Amino acid sequence: MNSTFVKPKYNDDVVKLFTMASIFWGVTGFLVGVFIALQMAFPVLNFGEYLTFGRLRPLHTSAVIFAFGGNVLFATSYFIVQRTCGTRLWGDRAANFTFWGYQLFIVLAAVGYLTGVTQGKEYAEPEWYADLWLTIVWVMYLIVFMMTLRNRTEPHIYVANWFFLAFIVTVAVLHLANNVSIPISITSTKSYPLWGGVQSAMIQWWYGHNAVGFFLTAGFLGIVYYFVPKRANRPVYSYRLSILHFWSLIFIYIWAGPHHLHYTALPDWAQTLGATFSIILWMPSWGGMINGMMTLSGAWHKLREDPVLKFMIVSLAFYGMSTFEGPLMSIKTVNALSHYTDWTIGHVHSGALGWVAFISFAAIYHMVPVLWKKKGLYSTKLVNTHLWVATIGIVLYISAMWVSGIMQGRMWRSYDAMGFLEYSFIETVAAMHPYYVIRAMGGGLFLIGALIMVYNIFKTITATASSKIANEPAEEASC
Amino acid sequence: MLEKHKKIERNSILMLVLTVITISIGGLIEIVPLFRMETTIEPVKGVRPYTPLELAGYNVYLKEGCYNCHSQQIRALRDEVERYGHYSLAAESMYDFPFQWGSKRTGPDLARVGGKYSDEWHVEHLIKPQDLVPESIMPSYKHLSKNIITLRDIDEHLSALRMIGVPYSDAMIENATVDAHVQAMDEHDNQYAFEERYGRVSMRNFDGQPETTEMDALVAYLQMLGTTAELNDYKAESLKRREEK
Repeated sequence: MNSTFVKPKYNDDVVKLFTMASIFWGVTGFLVGVFIALQMAFPVLNFGEYLTFGRLRPLHTSAVIFAFGGNVLFATSYFIVQRTCGTRLWGDRAANFTFWGYQLFIVLAAVGYLTGVTQGKEYAEPEWYADLWLTIVWVMYLIVFMMTLRNRTEPHIYVANWFFLAFIVTVAVLHLANNVSIPISITSTKSYPLWGGVQSAMIQWWYGHNAVGFFLTAGFLGIVYYFVPKRANRPVYSYRLSILHFWSLIFIYIWAGPHHLHYTALPDWAQTLGATFSIILWMPSWGGMINGMMTLSGAWHKLREDPVLKFMIVSLAFYGMSTFEGPLMSIKTVNALSHYTDWTIGHVHSGALGWVAFISFAAIYHMVPVLWKKKGLYSTKLVNTHLWVATIGIVLYISAMWVSGIMQGRMWRSYDAMGFLEYSFIETVAAMHPYYVIRAMGGGLFLIGALIMVYNIFKTITATASSKIANEPAEEASC
Repeated sequence: MLEKHKKIERNSILMLVLTVITISIGGLIEIVPLFRMETTIEPVKGVRPYTPLELAGYNVYLKEGCYNCHSQQIRALRDEVERYGHYSLAAESMYDFPFQWGSKRTGPDLARVGGKYSDEWHVEHLIKPQDLVPESIMPSYKHLSKNIITLRDIDEHLSALRMIGVPYSDAMIENATVDAHVQAMDEHDNQYAFEERYGRVSMRNFDGQPETTEMDALVAYLQMLGTTAELNDYKAESLKRREEK
C-alpha cells in the first residue's frame, strides 16, 4: 500500500447494525423453523388461534428469507460496495433509514401473519401497507447503492456489485408487479390483488422463483465474488466466466417460474418454456460454482487451517448440488412425482441452509473482526464446530425429506392388484411421522450451530485488546 | 467480449439499464400472453363469483394459512383424477384473488372437497381433526366457532373485486351484509331475493349456531369448492378436435 494513499473512512456503523440484525433474525427464524417442524411431527404443539402451523409457517419463511437473508444482503452489500469502490457509503442518514425502515417492515409483516393479516401468497404474504413501506425502503436502498457506485474512485465496477445491483433492481421489479392490489378501504388491512386465478398463479411463481433467483442467489453470489477471493487471497478464477455467469444467470433465471405449475391449469406452452429454461439454468449455476471454487486454485491448503473458508466451499458445494437438483425436479415427469411433496421442502432447504445460510455465516465470521476492529475471531475452533454440527443437521434434514417426499409421492400413485388406489391419503400422512422427527432433529442441530456462532461472535466483539484472541490474518492488507 | 464489456462495467447507469432489459424479457414473454383470456381460460358453464358469505370464508382460509398445507389444483394425472375428481380447469379459480392452488399437500387437495362431507363433519373436523381422523396432523381451529365473522364491510370487499373485474351487480353490493347472514340461516324471508341474485346456492346454518361465525363462512366456502363448474358438459379443446377428425 502506498503511504500517501488515504484510506476512505467507511461507514461501518450501518454495516454493524445490519450484521447484528441478521444474527438476531437468523436465530429467530431457525427457532420458528424447528418449532413448526416439531408441529408436523407432534400436532399437539399447535397452540390456540395465533400459533398454528398455518400462521407460523409464513413467519418462518419470511424470517429466514427476508429478515435473516435480507439483513445479510444489506450488511454485505454495504460492506463490499464501499471497499470495492474505494469510497464511503453514500448518504449516512439514508443508509440508516434503510436499516430502521427495513426492520419496521419485518415487524409489520410478522405481526400481520400472527394476527391473520396476509395476502395469502407464498413469500409475498405482507399486506398492501407493508408492501408500500417496503417499496420506499427499497428505492432508498437502490439510491444509496447507485450513488456509492457513482462516487467510486475505481474506474471499474467490481463483479460482486453487478450481482448486488441486479438483485436490488430485480427484487424491486418483482415486488411491484406481484403486489399490485386494491385495498378495500384506506383504513382496512385487507386488499385484493389485481391479478386472479391462472394469471395470479403465473405472476406469483414468476415472483416466487425469482425471489429464489435474485434474493437468495444473485445477492449471495455477490458475497461469493468478494469474500472467497478475499479469504483465499487469490483473484477470481476467471474474469471471462464472471461476465458470462452474470448475464446468462440473470437472463435465464427469470423464465423458470412456471416449473412450479406443471400439469396445472396453466397453459402447456408456459409450462414447457419454464421447464426448458430451468434445465438450461443448470449451466450458468455451475459456471458460478466453478468460478467460486476454482478461485482456490493454488490455495487449497488454506482449507485446512481456515474454517471460514471451509464454510464458503461447503456452501458452494451445496449450491452446486441444489442447482443440479432444481433442474432435475423441473422436468415434467420428475415433477409429477415430486410436486406437492416434502422433496420440494428438502430441495429448498439444501439451498437455503447449505448454500445461503453457510455463505452468510462465512461472511459474518469474516466481517465481524473487521467491523469491530479485532485481530481475529474469539475461536476458530468453534467455527469448525459450527460447520460440522450444522452440516450434519442439513444432511439429516435433506435426506429425511428425500425419503419422505419420494415415498409419499409414490404412495399417492400406487395401485393395488385390483387396480384401485392402494393408500388412503391419511395412510400416507401417517407414514411421514418418523421422517418429520428426523427433520426436526436436523433443524435442531442447525439451530445449535447458529447458537455456537452467536456465542463466538459475542466473545469476539466484547474481547478487550489484552484478551487472548485467535491469530487470524487481519483483513485490509490490500484494498 | 472483454473489451466491449468494459464499457458496461465502467458505467453504472448503463449497467442498471441493461440489467433491467435482460431480466424483463422472460417475464414479459411468459406473462403477457396469459391475458388473452380466450386461450388461457377454456369456457365452462356454471362458474360464478363467490357469495358474500363464501368470500368471507375464502378470507378465513387465507387468514389461517390453509394454503400452506392444502392445494386446490388437481393435476391432469391418472391417480389424482381418481383420488380427487376431474382435473382442475383454469376457469374454476378465475374469481380467486389471489389463486389458492397451493404448493404442498401436507393435507389432501381441496379443489373438489365441496359436498364430499357433511357440514357436521367439517365443523367437528375443524374443531378437532383427530376426533375424526386419528392420524391427522392438522391443527385445531376451534376458535372459528367462537369468532363472529366481520361482515359489516363485506360490501367493500365486493366493490374492490368489482373494480378488478368480478361481475358483482349493484344489488349484490348493496345487500352484501344481509345476504351473508341470510345464507347462514336455515330459513329467512330474504332467501328469495338472495336466490334471485346468486341463483341456486346452498343456504343453511352451516355450524348449527345462531350467530354467523367464521366457521359458517369457512364451511360455506369449503362446501362450494369445485361444485359450480358443469363438468359433464365440458370437453377439452384437444378432445373436441380429435373427435372432429
